[in-house]
Amino acid sequence: MSAFKQASWNEPDVFKLGRRGRRGFVLPRVEKAVLREVVKIRESLPEGLRRKTPPLLPELSEAEVVRHFIRLSQMNYGVDLGFYPLGSCTMKYNPKIDDFLAGAEGVASLHPYQDEETVQGVLEILYTLGRWLAEITGTHEVSLQPAAGAQGEFLGALIMRACHKSNGEIGERRELIVPDSAHGTNPASGTMAGFRVVVVPSGEDGCIDLEALKAAVSRRTAGLMLTNPNTLGIFEKGIGDIAETVHDAGGLLYYDGANLNAILGRVRPGDMGFDIVHINVHKTFGTPHGGGGPGSGPIGVCEELERFLPVPRVAYDKRRERYYLDYDKPDSIGKLRGFYGNVGVLVRAYAYILSLGAEGLEEAAEVSVLNANYLAKRLSQIRGLELPYDKGQPRKHECVFSAKPLLKETGVRAMDVAKRILDYGMHAPTMYFPLIVEEALMIEPTESVEKEELDRFVEVMEKISEEAYTSPEVVKSAPHNAAITRLDEVKASHPKTMALSWRMHRRRAESQRY
Amino acid sequence: MAESSSHPYIPNSVPEIKKEMLKHIGVRNIEELYADVPKRFRLKRKLNLPRPKSEQEVKRHVESLLSKNKTSRDMPVFLGAGCWHHYVPAVVKDVVQRTEFLTSYTPYQPETSQGMLQALFEYQSMVCELTAMDVANSSMYDWASALGEAVRMAVRLNNRAEVLVPRIIHPERLATLQTYVDPVGTRVKMVGYNPTTGQLNLEDVKSGISAKTAAVYVENPSYLGFVETQVEEIAEIAHDAEALLIVGVDPTSLGVLKPPGEYGADIVVGEGQPLGNAMNYGGPLLGVFACRGDMELVRQMPGRVIGLTTTLDGSRRGYCMALQTREQHIRRERATSNICTNEALCALASAVYLSLLGPQGLRELGETVMAKARYTMQLLNRIRGVKAPVFKSPHFKEFTVNFEESGKTVREIHEALLSRHQIHGGKDLSKEFPELGKTALYCVTEVYAQEDIDRLAEAFTKVLWEGGRKRR
Repeated sequence: MSAFKQASWNEPDVFKLGRRGRRGFVLPRVEKAVLREVVKIRESLPEGLRRKTPPLLPELSEAEVVRHFIRLSQMNYGVDLGFYPLGSCTMKYNPKIDDFLAGAEGVASLHPYQDEETVQGVLEILYTLGRWLAEITGTHEVSLQPAAGAQGEFLGALIMRACHKSNGEIGERRELIVPDSAHGTNPASGTMAGFRVVVVPSGEDGCIDLEALKAAVSRRTAGLMLTNPNTLGIFEKGIGDIAETVHDAGGLLYYDGANLNAILGRVRPGDMGFDIVHINVHKTFGTPHGGGGPGSGPIGVCEELERFLPVPRVAYDKRRERYYLDYDKPDSIGKLRGFYGNVGVLVRAYAYILSLGAEGLEEAAEVSVLNANYLAKRLSQIRGLELPYDKGQPRKHECVFSAKPLLKETGVRAMDVAKRILDYGMHAPTMYFPLIVEEALMIEPTESVEKEELDRFVEVMEKISEEAYTSPEVVKSAPHNAAITRLDEVKASHPKTMALSWRMHRRRAESQRY
Repeated sequence: MAESSSHPYIPNSVPEIKKEMLKHIGVRNIEELYADVPKRFRLKRKLNLPRPKSEQEVKRHVESLLSKNKTSRDMPVFLGAGCWHHYVPAVVKDVVQRTEFLTSYTPYQPETSQGMLQALFEYQSMVCELTAMDVANSSMYDWASALGEAVRMAVRLNNRAEVLVPRIIHPERLATLQTYVDPVGTRVKMVGYNPTTGQLNLEDVKSGISAKTAAVYVENPSYLGFVETQVEEIAEIAHDAEALLIVGVDPTSLGVLKPPGEYGADIVVGEGQPLGNAMNYGGPLLGVFACRGDMELVRQMPGRVIGLTTTLDGSRRGYCMALQTREQHIRRERATSNICTNEALCALASAVYLSLLGPQGLRELGETVMAKARYTMQLLNRIRGVKAPVFKSPHFKEFTVNFEESGKTVREIHEALLSRHQIHGGKDLSKEFPELGKTALYCVTEVYAQEDIDRLAEAFTKVLWEGGRKRR
C-alpha cells in the first residue's frame, strides 16, 4: 500500500491576505466621451443610497489570488485523484471532452432571452436530450428545468398535487408515502409540496414491506416515492405489486433517480409503472459535481401528467423546421426557477450519452453492478464487517455494510473507519445511511474504477480491520494523512462558538478569544 | 468507432477482467446479477439512441450544432433581466477548472475537503460583506428559487399568510415564488408603483400591510433597472407591522449602492451569476441568500452553511458544514428545505472574482456600468421617437426604452436591428407591462465599448427613420 499524504498548506483565510491598495483585476478605462456625458456618476444617486463604507473585501494581486485558490484546490479530493465510493452519489469519471464542449463560447456566452433564430443549436441539443432521457427512463415527456435532484423531487410532488387537484381530490389526498430506507430529500420534498409524510418499513429482505404498504395506502394517498434499486443496493423485486397497490388506491408512483445507473438499458422506470421519474444528471450521466453543484435534475412523466410540466418546454415545429420555447401550457404548474435549466450541465450530459450510446450505457450499468457485487463478496470476508439484509441476493450498483460487529468487538465506529480510509488516499463511503442499517458504510464503486483499484480498496479495508483489532487508537484518531486532523463539528454549530462568516468571527474575536 | 469490446470510461469492460470478477463472485454471467429483476418489466430491445461515438466524432457533432448559435461574440447583445453579460477573468475560469474542485462531491468528509470548505466559507463571508448581513449560505439554485425559499422562511418564522411583492418584478421570479409558496397557502399581494418614477407606491404598501403580512419584498435595483430610493421608509413600514423585510439585489451594484443590511433587511436574496459566472443560456446560476445573525433566523435558513471550527485537539483552524440539523439528510420531513446539491462551483467562481476585484474594483465596476448605461440612455433619448428611460429615477445597468412615438413595435425594431445591423436589442416588455406601451428593457455592462453603444444609437436612427431624417 503506497503512502499517501494530502497537501496541507495552513492557508490563511483570504481576508487575512494582501495589503491595502493591491488589486487583482483592472477594468477597461471608461472612454472620455462617455465620461464627458456622465460627469460625477455617483452623484446621480441620492445621498442616502450611496455606499459610504466599501465592503471589506480582500485586496490582493492577481498572483496572490491564484496561489491562494490553487493551494486550496490541493486540499480537496476529487474523482480525478482516485477512488470515491460515496454511496448514492455515483461518483463516476467525468469525461474531459464534456467539460471542454460545455465551456465553448456557443454555450457559455448565450443569453437566455436571445431570439430563437440565434439559439437553434442549443435548443436542438436540449430538445434531443429530452427525447433521449424519455427513452432511457421509459417516460413520455421530460422537463429539463430542475436545477438538482431535490428540485426535481419537489417538482414531482407538485405534479402529484396538480394531478389530484385536477381530479378534485386534493382536499383528501394529502399523504405521501416513503419507505424508511428513503433518501432524506424524499420526505423533505414531500413536506415542501404540502404533503404529510407517511413512512413504511422495509422487510427482512431489505425491500419495502408489501403488507405494510397495503395497510398504509388509502383514499388519502397522494403517492409513493421509491428508489429502485433501493438505498441498500437491492432491487425492489415486488415492484409490480407495489405499483398495483399504489395505483389501485388512486396514488401516483414516483421514481427517485439517484440509483438509475444500475439499470440503464435493462429495465426502465416507466415500464415498471412509475408515473414520475427524476434523473440526477450529475450522477448517472457523468457530469462533475463541482464540490456540491451545479447539478441538474430533469424529470420525466407519463402521458397523462405531461400537461402539468413547468414552462417553457423546448419544442420542435416541423412545419417551420425550428426549435422553440413553448409557454402555451395552461395546466402547467408554472415555473420552478428562472429560465430553462442548468444548460451548462445538460450539454455535458448530451455529449456523455452521445459517447456511450445504447450499448455503452448498458455496459456502464452492468459493470457498475459487477463492481459492486465484487466488492460485496470480497468485503464480506473482512472481520468486523457484515452485509445486512438478504446476503444471497445480488446487489445492484452499491452495497451497504454494517460495522456493528467491529464496534462491539473493538470500539471502532463506522465513522472512524471512514476517516481512516482517507489516510490511504481514497474517499470514504457514505456513512450512517440508510438509517435502517446500524454503523452503515454505503459503498458505490461505479463502473469507472479498475479492478486493481477495487482490490486496493479491499486491502485498505483489511488493513483497517486489522488495525481496529490490534491498535484501535490509530483508527479512532484518524485521519492522520489528510490536510487536517479530525475536526470538531460540534463546535461549528454551537451557539457559543459558531462563526458562519468572517464578519461573525471578527465580532466574536472582539468579545472573546476564539 | 473501431470494433472494440472495451470503452475508455469503463476499465473493467475488458472480457477477461469481467470473467475473473464473475468467477470470484460465484456467478456465471452478468445476467445472474439481474436475476431478481422481473422478466416482464425488462426492456427486450436496445435503447433507441445513436450508436456510440468516438471523442472526435462527439466533438465534431456538438461543435457543429453549437456553431448554429450566435453569441455575444458575434453581435452585441443588450439583454439583462436576471442574467447578465459581464467579463469573466481568466483566473476565475482557471480556478473553477481545477479538477480537485470540479470533480469533488459535497464536502461530507471535511478533513479531505478543506479546500472547497474554506473557499465556500470565504464566499459566504464576502456575500455578508457585500450585503452587510451576518450570515449567508453557500448558495441556492438562483435568485428566483432563493426568493421562494426566503418567503417560506419568513412564513415559518411568523406563521403569517401573506407577502407583499412589487408589481415591477421579473415575471419568472414571480412565477417561481408562486410555485414555492402555493403548497403552504401564502397569498402573494402585489404593490403598485408610481407611474412617473417607477418607485414603489408607499400608500399601497401601507394599505396592503397588516397583521397577516409575513414579509415585504423589495428589489434594488428593480427589475426595470432603476434604484428603489425609499427603502428606508419601506423597511419602517414592514417592521412596524412586525413583518420581515426581504431585499433582492444584483450584487454587482453593491460597490456603489447602500447595502441592504444598512437599511433594515432581514433576509437578502439575489443573483450571483454576474460575479464571475458565464450566462450559459440561463443556467447554472447562483442564488445568493443571507440573513441577520439572530439565532431565531439562522435556525430557519435553508441550504448548506459552512462554519469555522478547529481540529478536535484544538491545534488548528478548519472548516466544516454547520447547522446540519436543519437539513434534509438529518431532519427529513421536518427540514427547513429539501435542497442539498446547490451551486457550489459558481459560489467558488464568485469568491475568486470578488478576491480579484477587491473593494476598489467592485466600486469601479458599479461606476462603469452606471456611466455606460447613462451614456446609452442619453444617446438614445436624442433619437426622435425614442424615450429612455421611461422612469424618472436613477438607474443602475438596465433601463427601459420606449418606442411609442416611433410608430413601430418593439418586435419590428428588434428584428430590424438583428437582421440589418447584427445587434441584439433588449427584452420586449410590451406583454409583461402593457401599461408601459411599446417598451423594451436594455442592459449595458462593462463588456460594451463606446463604439458598440454608438453603433446601437446609429442603428436605431436608421431603423426608425430610414431616409436621412437623423436626430432631433
